[in-house]
This record gives sequence, C-alpha cells and structure tokens, in this order.
Amino acid sequence: MSSSDLLSVAPVLIISVWAILLLLLDLFIKNKGLTASLAAAGVAAALVVVIVRFGSDQVAFSGMIVADTFSDFLQIVILITALLGIAVAYDYLRRMNMERGEYYTLMLFTVAGMLLMSLAGDLILIFLAIELLSVPLYVLSGFARPEKGSEEAAMKYFILGAFSSAFLVYGIALIFGSTGTTNMAGVAASIAGNHANLTLLTIAIPMLLVGLGFKVAAVPFHMWTPDVYQGAPSAAVAFMSVGAKVAGFAALLRIFVSALPELSQTWGPVVVAISAATMIWGNVAAIAQSNIKRMLAYSSIAHAGYILMALAAAADPSVSEEAVSAALFYLFAYLFSNLGAWTVVLALERSEGRGLLIEDYAGLGRRRPALALAMAIFMLSLIGVPPTVGLIGKFLLFRVTIDAGLTGLAIVGVVTSLISAYFYLGVVIKMYMGTGEPESRSEGWLNRSAGLTALVTFLLGVLPGPILILARSSGFLTP
Amino acid sequence: MVPLSWYLILAAALFAVGIFGVLARRNAIAILMGIELMLNAVNLNLLAFWRYLWSDNLTGVVFVIMVLAVAAAEVAVGLALIISIYRRRSTVVAEEIDLLKW
Repeated sequence: MSSSDLLSVAPVLIISVWAILLLLLDLFIKNKGLTASLAAAGVAAALVVVIVRFGSDQVAFSGMIVADTFSDFLQIVILITALLGIAVAYDYLRRMNMERGEYYTLMLFTVAGMLLMSLAGDLILIFLAIELLSVPLYVLSGFARPEKGSEEAAMKYFILGAFSSAFLVYGIALIFGSTGTTNMAGVAASIAGNHANLTLLTIAIPMLLVGLGFKVAAVPFHMWTPDVYQGAPSAAVAFMSVGAKVAGFAALLRIFVSALPELSQTWGPVVVAISAATMIWGNVAAIAQSNIKRMLAYSSIAHAGYILMALAAAADPSVSEEAVSAALFYLFAYLFSNLGAWTVVLALERSEGRGLLIEDYAGLGRRRPALALAMAIFMLSLIGVPPTVGLIGKFLLFRVTIDAGLTGLAIVGVVTSLISAYFYLGVVIKMYMGTGEPESRSEGWLNRSAGLTALVTFLLGVLPGPILILARSSGFLTP
Repeated sequence: MVPLSWYLILAAALFAVGIFGVLARRNAIAILMGIELMLNAVNLNLLAFWRYLWSDNLTGVVFVIMVLAVAAAEVAVGLALIISIYRRRSTVVAEEIDLLKW
C-alpha cells in the first residue's frame, strides 16, 4: 500500500471519517441545520477531491480498487445526489417533526457504500459495498418511526434486501469456486484462459442478476419498490431512488462488462428479457397509480429497464464502450429529472401522508407557477421530450441498442416511452387544467433544489455537449 | 475423503431451505433465520471450494469472515426493526404487517 493508493479512495475515506465525526458532533449541536451544513461540507470536500483527480486511472490495493474515469464519473453523480439529498431533507425533516441529526450520518454512510461500489475491482468489495449502502438505507426508510407505514417499509426493504444480497454472495462464491479468485480482472483472465469451470459460472450469472436486479429494481425483482417508496420518508426516497440505482448499475456494469465479457452469450439474452419486462411492467403499472409516490416508484422501475438496455447492448464487445457511456449519461440525466420530481413531491407533502395523491396537484399551475413549471420540465424529461435532457439520454440508449443489433428491444423502449407519456402528462394536465387549491409551503432549500434541478434538466437538454464528452471519455472500464 | 460435490449439494440444499424459510414462514424472526441459513450456505460453499481447489491463498477464508461480519451487522439492524414494529403492534407476523399492499 502506498500513499497514492490512499488517494484513490480519498473520497470514501473523507465521507466515512466525516460520518463518524458527525455522529459525535451532532450530540452537541442544537440547531440541526448546522449538522446538515456540516454533512454537506463533507460531501462537497469529497466532490472536490474526485474532480481534482478526475482522469487519472489507477489500480490500487492490489486490484481491490479500480479508480478510473468510469468510477470518477459515477462518484460525481453520487456526490451530487447526496448534496441535493441533504438540501431537500433539511426542510422536509423539519416540517415533518423528525429533525434528528442521525439522518445525515446515515446518509453519509450510505454514500460511502455507493462510492465504494463504483470503485470496487473485487467481488468481495462489491458485496461489502452493497451491504454498507443497504444497511443505512433500511434504517433511513424507517426513519419516520413511530409512523407505521415507515416502519413497515423498512421491514420489507430489509427482508427483501438481505434476501437478495444472499443470492448475490452465493453467486460470488460460485465464481470464486470456478476461477479461484474474486478479483474481477483475475476472473476475466481465468475465463479467457479456459481455466474456469463454466458450469459453476452459468449458475452464478443468474444469481448475480437476482441480487443486483433487486438493488436496481428490475422486474421481476421489483416488488419491494412501490411499497418502500410509499412508506419511507419522501426525502430518503428522493435520495435512494437515484443513489441506490446508480450504485447498483455501477456494480452491474463493472461485473458483467469487465469480469464476464467472455460469457456475454450467456448473460446477454437474459438481460434483454429482464430489460424488456422491466420497461413494459414499470410503465404499464404506473398508469394505474393514484398516489404520486407509487407512480414515481413504478417510473423508477421503468427507468431501470431503460438503463438495462445499455447493459444488454454492452454484451456486444464492439459497442460495449459506447453502451457504458450511454448508461452513464442516462444516470446523470436521471439524477436531475428524478430527484427534481421528488423535490416537488416533498414540497406538496403534508403531515400524515396527505398531499400525496395526483389529485392534490390540481391547480398547482395557478397557485405556484414556478414549482408547476419545474414539475412539468421533470415530467417531460422523464418521458424524453425535447428540450429536456431525458430526450438525449433516451436517444443515446436507443441508438446503442440498435447498434448492438437489438432492434426489438429498442422498439419496446420507444413504445413504452410513448405509454409513459400518458401518466407523466396526466400530472401536468392536472396541474394546469385541474381546479383545486393545493397547499404547499415555500421553503428555501426545497425551492432552490427544485429550481436548480429544473434548470439543469432544461440546460442539458439544450447544451448536452460537456457532459456528453465527459460520459464518452468514461465509457472504458479499466480491466 | 468426502468429495467436493457433496459439500456443494449440502450447501445448495441449505440455501434452498433458507429460501423456503424466507418465502413460507410468517414470523419475522423465522424469516431472519432463513436469511442466516442462506448466508451460511454461502460460507459452506466458500470453505469447500477453498479447501478442495484453491487453498494456495487465503481469499476464501477471508471472504467467509467478511460474510460472517456482514451477517452479524444485518441481523443487528433487522432485529432492531422487528423490535420497533413489535412495540407498536405487538406482532411480528408478516401477514399482519400489511398497511402497504405488496
């Protein structure tokens, strides 16, 4: 181990040490706004470190850590999510009378897990990172206790999360048995050199897909998503709906593209099927929802399906780099459109779960024109309508899917996007055409977050250039 | 000596029993026990692979220790959640925890 090894994990170190310190400091802090600012300062420091070291590829800790532009890009996405997550949580927690400082500590621990996930070069580390990110998330889902719905959400998330990580680790054990190593580069080399036991690997691949499919909420492993999103405190959901998905896809892309490329004939078709099922079921089930949190939950399932298209395309080695960068760009776009939509939900939610029906959005266009405009932008972006970033993200995904020869899958994607217009536009129509007097508070950080995310969603739709170039340069996974 | 495949079959059976426990048992504590069984099946797998095939380095054993530690952390949080629910509702039966539809 050298000091440059430490530099490669510096963001994780900063976040985890800061989380532990904050847990202690919080005992002496009366004004929880200070705790939130301190947590945000830690995240910002980590973000600065990532940006400074961006572009320097490095394999550290004997292959345990792979810090390349791919992981740097994902770390930037995760840290921006965390900053916005802290900003929206502050106002929300205060309004809902659950202003407890542990919230921010738990968030920082989760962020450390997510960062490690994008840095992992070893399957053991993937498993540890997935647990480090999940366990605090279980607690965050139950943070609104003694509210029954929140406790129940935490319980469900915990049971299904632990269940799925058992599958994941069983798959990893089989890979170890087959190749004798848990290092991803080692696994790839062993398969390429014909030293691996292919029967064991063929059993391991579905196990990995089950485990990670749960984390990114892919059909048929999505059952927990609507319940957890509905029951958990909305601020936690806003954060985890992006963060957990980014981390899950980091692991999926890293494992399948860099450790198991030789077996793409085996996992490619399975991913195609999962992706199609996820897009169809996510979008169709969202139509029937009357609760906006459940609708956004199904929307997040559907978007997992779109990003899985990139993984399916990455099975074709000639376009795998392009596919990975399309997935990265989509995750960046998804961060702003989805977190923005959740910010509006947070602004309208009142105590005891009121203000969460799509009905409650009637008349928002007159009452809060700016907020309604932001919501309209997010909805358009989630459909993929110009001039928003969602369109560019979807365009990149569809193009790479067609390049990989999966035209059928791309058609499913386009058709389900059209279906999704129905329920996303339903919210917009309700806001502008419906009559009602929605109650919403105007709170500083919620307004700022909604404004910022709406601005980025719109601006990236008009000028996607810089992020596009960044995503292109991050598509290569260091073996 | 007992062949490797016997261990693998035992581990697979243990894993299947664990899955059955999670899916079929109603008591949250029993579900937790099912998850523990699944993780222990993984440990058995890892140790068998390590002992029979890859005992030249310590990866397998270290991994088992990691899995054990993670399982302990998971159970700590899981039991805390169950206690929190039990205090409010005096039940740990999954079917009675049904505010949210599945």
